[in-house]
Amino acid sequence: MSRYVMIADLNRCVGCQTCTASCKHTNATAPHVQWRKVLDLEVGEFPDVRRAFVPVGCQHCADPPCMHVCPSTATGQRKDGLVTIDYDLCIGCGYCMVACPYQARYKVVEPARAYTGLKRMIHELKREDPKRLKVAQKCTFCSDRIDYGLENGLTPGIDPDATPACANACIADALVFGDIEDPDSNVSQLLAENKWFRMHEELGTNPGFYYLWDGIDQEDKS
Amino acid sequence: MSFNPAAPTLQDTWDWRAAANFIGGGTGTGLLMVTLVAGLLGAPVFMPTLAGLVFVALGLSMVWLEIGRPLRALHVFFNPYTSWMTREAIVAMPLMLCGALALWFQWIGLVVLLAVLAAVFLFCQGRILHASRGIPVWRTPRIVPLILTTGLTEGAAFFLVLMPLLSTEAVAAAGRTVLVLLLALSVMRFGAWKSYRAGLEGDAPLAALQVLRDADGIVALLGGVAPAILAATALAFTGYAIPLGVAAGALAGFGGWYMKAIIITRASYNQGFAIDHSAARGGGKPGPGTKPGW
Repeated sequence: MSRYVMIADLNRCVGCQTCTASCKHTNATAPHVQWRKVLDLEVGEFPDVRRAFVPVGCQHCADPPCMHVCPSTATGQRKDGLVTIDYDLCIGCGYCMVACPYQARYKVVEPARAYTGLKRMIHELKREDPKRLKVAQKCTFCSDRIDYGLENGLTPGIDPDATPACANACIADALVFGDIEDPDSNVSQLLAENKWFRMHEELGTNPGFYYLWDGIDQEDKS
Repeated sequence: MSFNPAAPTLQDTWDWRAAANFIGGGTGTGLLMVTLVAGLLGAPVFMPTLAGLVFVALGLSMVWLEIGRPLRALHVFFNPYTSWMTREAIVAMPLMLCGALALWFQWIGLVVLLAVLAAVFLFCQGRILHASRGIPVWRTPRIVPLILTTGLTEGAAFFLVLMPLLSTEAVAAAGRTVLVLLLALSVMRFGAWKSYRAGLEGDAPLAALQVLRDADGIVALLGGVAPAILAATALAFTGYAIPLGVAAGALAGFGGWYMKAIIITRASYNQGFAIDHSAARGGGKPGPGTKPGW
């Protein structure tokens, strides 16, 4: 059985937000909605201050609190670990939004309009998805691309047509997607060769988003 | 202080309408449970039962106003396996039905069943907040006893507020007992509030803790100590029992409502973001992590 996860290499991420733009382009999200975004953080105290770029979004938790609280069963989990939302079932109660510790969910109540006061632009009209209005929405790990890839014999995380748009677009190879259940996969190898952590792991969500922060040297390995 | 994109921010998904559900549901179910006590002592139960049901219904209608797709409201029943919101909705149905029957027949057996359903409904409300893992001041296990005790306190409080409208028979039968109840429950809620706040120290965003600290005067003193003193005074000076009881009830009820409004809408900062380590970057060395706002 597969479990798809995302890796963000903090050593590589330059905070360019290309993943953010790529996600918005691919998924046609509303102006203030960012299924994938990169936080630009200052860490430490003067004079030892450093900058960190941290990609965030839905962590596709193995034990997702959003799914447990959902009263309508709109939030579900696929066998490959992806946490999904059925827009036709969702009642837009927002319970999942307060249950998610990663602020990964959004609710848009009016059609997207980048410029308030002006009429909506052609692309906004063309790409509007009325099913997403007034319900919860979030990153899908581009499940449609994964499904397309699998149907056509491609490998998610390796073949671009089967890989989430954010990982495809990353200019620094900081975002890597793959199957953690496969010991030979790209993500399994990266996790074996690097030190990593997961965000808010203490909350018991078992997130599917790993952050690399340093390589494992030979002493550590031995 | 400059904006920090990782720091916890105030959630705006659940607003005053959600708070109104916890207020209406808590007060209504508390009132139904206190009505059982009064009924067992021989007091007529019609008016407090009606008031309790109205509170619960008003609270639930506020939720209906808040959801994005109100015409799909029946979908709320789809997940009884894990969702406390579904369980609350499921319990609401027999609660209302049993309430209607209790109003019609005014049989104490139905009032007993109603009180049991009310207790389950109130428990669901506590668990709804506890299951909200994204909001530190809600997910603490101490929120459940707090919601239970404040619901009961508000119930006793509004029974006393209703006293001038109740028959002299009802006041004579149950007034003194409900005053004792309010006195005890005010003390219990004071303790639950203090325990709740103590449990959050070091385990919630600083901004949320500050909001709760600012609310302490109203919740603990005005909503806890003052009604307890007034209720004790009413018990001591029976000639003034009704006005003192009404004043005690009003303060205790207000204290509970204010507390829930603050917890739902003002202290509800989300988890924010955190990293355990910052990156080594090239030939450098890795650094510490950060968890701003905590």
